[in-house]
Amino acid sequence: MKISEQWLREWVNPSLSTEELAHQITMAGLEVDAIEPVAGKFSNVVVAEILEAVQHPDADKLRVCTVNAGAETVQIVCGAPNARAGIKVPLAQVGAVLPGDFKIKKAKLRGVESRGMLCAEAELGLSEASEGLMELPADAPPGADLREYLQLDDHLIEIGLTPNRADCLGIAGIAREVGLLNNLPVAAVLCEPVPATITDSLTVSLEAAERCPRYAGRVIRNVDVSRPSPLWLQEKLRRCGLRSIDAVVDVTNYILLELGQPMHAFDLDKLEQGIVVRTAREGESLQLLDGQVAELRADTLVIADNSAPLALAGIMGGEPSSVGSSTQHLFLESAFFSPDYLAGEARRYGLHTDSSHRFERGVDFNLQRAALERATQLILDVVGGEAGPVTEAVSEAHLPARPDVVLRRARIRRLLGFELADGEVDRILAGLGLGVTTVAEGWCCSVPSWRFDISIEADLLEELARVYGYNRLPVSHVQADLVIPAQPETRLSLRGVRRHLSARGYREAITYSFVDRKLQQLFDPDVTPIALENPISAEMGVMRSSLLPGLVSAVQRSVHRQQPRVRLFETGLRFIPGGEGNGLQGLRQSPSLGMVISGRRFDESWSVASGAADFYDIKGDLESLLGLGRCAEQFTFAAATHPALHPGQTAAISRNGEQVGVVGALHPDVLGALDIPGPVLACELALDALLAAQLPAFSELSRFPEVRRDIAIIVDKHVPAAELMQNVRVSAGVYLRQLRLFDVYEGKGIDPKRKSLAFGLTFRDQSRTLSDDVVNQSMKQVIDSLEKNYNAELRNQAL
Amino acid sequence: MDNLTPLAEEAKSAIAGAGDSAALEQLRVDFLGKKGRVTELLKGLGQLSAEERPAAGARINVVKQELQALINERKAALEAAALAEQLARETLDVTLPGRGQSTGGIHPVTRTIERMEDFFAAVGFEVVEGPEIEDDYHNFEALNIPAHHPARAMHDTFYVDPTTVLRTHTSPVQVRVMENSQPPLRVICPGRVYRCDSDLTHTPMFHQVEGLLVDERSSFADLKGLIEDFLRVFFEKDLSVRFRPSYFPFTEPSAEVDIQCVNCAGAGCRVCSQTGWLEVMGCGMVHPRVLEGSGIDPERYTGFAFGMGVERLAMLRYGVNDLRLFFENDLRFLEQF
Repeated sequence: MKISEQWLREWVNPSLSTEELAHQITMAGLEVDAIEPVAGKFSNVVVAEILEAVQHPDADKLRVCTVNAGAETVQIVCGAPNARAGIKVPLAQVGAVLPGDFKIKKAKLRGVESRGMLCAEAELGLSEASEGLMELPADAPPGADLREYLQLDDHLIEIGLTPNRADCLGIAGIAREVGLLNNLPVAAVLCEPVPATITDSLTVSLEAAERCPRYAGRVIRNVDVSRPSPLWLQEKLRRCGLRSIDAVVDVTNYILLELGQPMHAFDLDKLEQGIVVRTAREGESLQLLDGQVAELRADTLVIADNSAPLALAGIMGGEPSSVGSSTQHLFLESAFFSPDYLAGEARRYGLHTDSSHRFERGVDFNLQRAALERATQLILDVVGGEAGPVTEAVSEAHLPARPDVVLRRARIRRLLGFELADGEVDRILAGLGLGVTTVAEGWCCSVPSWRFDISIEADLLEELARVYGYNRLPVSHVQADLVIPAQPETRLSLRGVRRHLSARGYREAITYSFVDRKLQQLFDPDVTPIALENPISAEMGVMRSSLLPGLVSAVQRSVHRQQPRVRLFETGLRFIPGGEGNGLQGLRQSPSLGMVISGRRFDESWSVASGAADFYDIKGDLESLLGLGRCAEQFTFAAATHPALHPGQTAAISRNGEQVGVVGALHPDVLGALDIPGPVLACELALDALLAAQLPAFSELSRFPEVRRDIAIIVDKHVPAAELMQNVRVSAGVYLRQLRLFDVYEGKGIDPKRKSLAFGLTFRDQSRTLSDDVVNQSMKQVIDSLEKNYNAELRNQAL
Repeated sequence: MDNLTPLAEEAKSAIAGAGDSAALEQLRVDFLGKKGRVTELLKGLGQLSAEERPAAGARINVVKQELQALINERKAALEAAALAEQLARETLDVTLPGRGQSTGGIHPVTRTIERMEDFFAAVGFEVVEGPEIEDDYHNFEALNIPAHHPARAMHDTFYVDPTTVLRTHTSPVQVRVMENSQPPLRVICPGRVYRCDSDLTHTPMFHQVEGLLVDERSSFADLKGLIEDFLRVFFEKDLSVRFRPSYFPFTEPSAEVDIQCVNCAGAGCRVCSQTGWLEVMGCGMVHPRVLEGSGIDPERYTGFAFGMGVERLAMLRYGVNDLRLFFENDLRFLEQF
C-alpha cells in the first residue's frame, strides 16, 4: 500500500522526520518497503499560462509560445504536441535546475530565442513517463512556485502490509496506529450525514445475507461529470498510485484510500429498478470494467438489478452500468462482503483488485454508512447534484461475530517474559480501539469491527508486544532439562558419507527435485512419474524418480563448459509413485545417493598417466563407501541391465540379496541424446542400505604365522569373478583368512574364449601353526572344486 | 723381522688406497688372514730365541691391530661415502605435486545446514526430517492456514493434485513431530522446500531450517535470546539483531528478524538496499490453535518456532551474489567451498 506522507500527517502529525516515522511504523509491524519523494529535485519552476502558440518558422515540430509567467511575459520554444494557447503549464525559468542536475539557460532553437522550458510530468520527476506538457488546473495562478502550488514536498511511503492488517489498508487505519505509537490524538473523519434533498431511492434486497450482510446505497441526481476532480483530489490519488479517471470514480477511489472502504458508483439510468444482492444464475455473464466478459459461476455473488447482474460483488463493476461521460444520475454503493466468502473468489476469475484485496482481508463492517455519507458530500462538492435518502439493508445476524477476549495478567508474564504495568496495558488496548473492562485475572476486551485478527488472548499479547516494542522486550536464555540424544553406532552419519566422498574427489551437487519428463524417461521408462499441476516449465515438470537425470544433466553442462573431469554426488529423495494417480497413497519418498564421474581418472599430472575413468573407478569408490559400515561382505554385485546403462557394464547392487542400487556406464544412446562425448559412469544407491552399519566385534589375534598360496586358473570368459571367489571361499575351508584376486589376464597364450585369474590365499589358525599338509589339503579342495564346477584348468601354482 | 716396518708401510698405503669394500677385504686376507703376510711373520717367531720372542711378538701384534683398525676405519669411510652417494642419487624435487585423488567438497547449502545443525544440537535440539510431497493438511490446515486464506498467496504452491503439494516450508515436519510426541520438544527440521516462483532472487526450490521448542516455560524472551545467540555464532560477529512484528498464521506473536548488514556493518549498501538491515528469518510463539490441533494443551505448554532460508544465510556468510548459482552445479562455483 502506497500512501502520501502529507495526507497521513493531515490526520496525525507526530514530530518525527520521514525516516523516523517510517522506522517507527516498521517496528510496529507495518513494514515500510520504500520511501520516495513524490517529485524530483527541482527549483525555479513556476505556473505559467500559454498566451499564444505559433508555428516555428524553421521547424515543423516546434512552436513558439508566448507565456505569462506571472511577473513577466516570456518567449519559449516548445516541441510538445499539446502546447496551445489557454492552458496552464509548469515553466522552468532561466536559472532553474531540473532533476538530473539539468540547468535551464537562455537558448536559441533554430534561430528563435527561448527563455526557459515548459515541462512535462516526467521532466519534473512526477511520473515515469509522460506525453506532452503537464496541464495544470485552469485556476492555477501564473507565477506561483510549482512546488508550493502542488505541495510537492511530500513523500510516498510504500508499506508492505501483512494479510492480517486489513485495518491499515486505508490512511485512517495507519493514522490510528501512528496516533497510538506517539500518544497523539487522531483527526476525526468528517462523515456528517448529508440530508436528502430528493426522495428517489432504490430498494435493496439481500438474498445472500451470509455473504453480504450489509449494503448501503443512495441515489444522486443531476451530477455534472464533465467537471474535473479538483487538484488536491487528483494529487492525492496520483501519489497513492491511482490515475484520475473522472470525478465520481476519483471520489470512490479517494474513500477507498482514505477509509479503506471500497465503493462503487452505477449509472442510475442503466439500472432496472431495485438492487438485488444474489448468487449468479447458471449461464449468466457480465462484461467487466476491464473489458473481459466473465462467464459467471453459479456460486458467485453478484450485485444485480431486477433483470441482470451489474457487478461482481466486492471485486469489479460491470461495464454496461458504469459511470461514463453521458451519466447524469448515480447510484452509489457502499457494502460489506464477508471475507470468508470473498477469499479466493477474485482469483477464480483471474482478478485481483483494490476492492477484492480489501474485502478478502476484512473491511470494517460498521463503516459503510459513514463512507457513503462522506463520498456523497465529496461528490456533491465536486460535480453537484441532489442526494436521495440512504437505503441500508443489513442482516445483523450475519455480521462478523466479535466475541470478547480475556487477557490474563499471568499470561503476559508467561509468554512475553516480563510484567507490563497495568496502566500501559490499559493505554495500549484503549489506543487500539478495544473496549476494556477490568476483571479479576486481567482485562476483558471487546474487539472493534475493523480488527479481523483479534480473537484469542495470544492476539492481544501480540498487540501489547508490538505497540510496546519487540526490541524493548527482555531477552533471556532457554532453560531446559538436558536430554541426551541416542547415538546409534550401527547407523553411519550422512555427514561421514559426504566427507568420505569428498575425500575421494567428489563434489556435492544439489539438483532440482523436478526434472524433464523426457530425460527421466530415458532412465526410468517404466515409472509414470509424479507430475506437477503447475510446473515452472516443462523441463521441471515431473518429480524425479531417480537422482541420475539431474546429475547427468550437471555432467552434461560441465562437459559443455570444457571441464576435463567431473566427479559429483548428491543425496536426496526420489519419488516413486505407488498406486493410481499422483496422490500420497503408496508414494515412496526414498532417500538416495547418486554418484557420477566422467573424464579423466585423475587430475592431469606429471606422475600418473591418466586415462578416462571407467566402470572400475566408480565401483572402487562405491566399494570404499560400502566398507565404511564394516559390512561390505553383505553387498554383492551382479551383471544386470538398466534402460539408461550399457548392457555389458551394469551391475545391480544387492545387500543380503535385496537389490539396493545400480552402477554402470551410461548407454551410448543416452550419451548421444545428451551430446556427451566421453563415457559417464553412474551409480544410485538407497541411503538406508548404505547407512546401516555393523558394530565392530573384536576377535582374538592369532600368535601363529600365516601361510600364503597363490594359484592361477583359466576359465571361460563369461564366468563372473565374484562367483569363483565365492566358490574358493567355501571350498578352502575354515583356515582361509583372506582371498585376493591379484591378476586377470586375457590374450596371448590363452584360448581367446578363456581368461586367466590369479588368486592369493592366506591361511592361518588361531591355535597352532598350520602344517603344509593341512594347507595343501585346502588348496586341493579349492582346485578340485574350481575344476569340477567351472571347468577350470590350473595354470600355475606357487607354494 | 727386519721387514716388519716396510710391510706395515706397504699395508697402510694399500688400505688407504682401497677403492671399495671388496678390495679392502682382499687386503685384510692378504695381510691379516690365516696365511696373510703379517700372520706369516708371527709364525716365524719360533725361529727366534726365547728372550727375543716376546718383544718381537708384541711388535707384530701392535702392527696387526693397527692395520685392523685402519681397515675398519677405511671400511666405515667407504660405506659413508656410498650412502652419501646413494642419498644424493635419490634426491627428489620435493616441490613437485603429490600423487593421487584431489579433494572434492561439500555443497555450500549442506555446509550451511551442518553449521546450523551443530549450533542447535549443542543446545539440545534434535534434527528431524520429513516428506517433501505433503498433504494439504500438514502443509497448510494444521498450520492455521485454511483454504483461500490470503497467506496461501504468500506461498505460491506447487500442486501435485488438489490436496497434495510440494511442501512450501519445513513446518509440516514440526506438525508431524507434535502429532507423534508430547512436550518437551526441541527439534529442527532442515530440508528442501518448493515455491512456484523463478526469477533473479527466487528459485523454485530452496532450503529451510525451521525449529520448534515446546515446553512448560518458554517465552518470547527466550526466543529472542536463542535467535540472537544463533545469529552471532553463525556469523561469528557481535552484530545487532532486531525483531519486527510480522505475521505468520502459525505463530502469535510473530516476528521477522533483521541483522545489521554483514556487508557494510549497518552503514547502508547495495546488499541491504541502503537500510543497514537484512531480513534473515521469521519466528514467533506457536499459535495456540496449532498446538491444540496437534493434541498439545496450549494452557499448559507454550512454545516458539523459527525458520530461515539456508541459501539466504549462505549468501550472506560467503558473499555469494546470485541465488541461482546454488543449483547450477557449475564446478567453478562448487570448487569454492
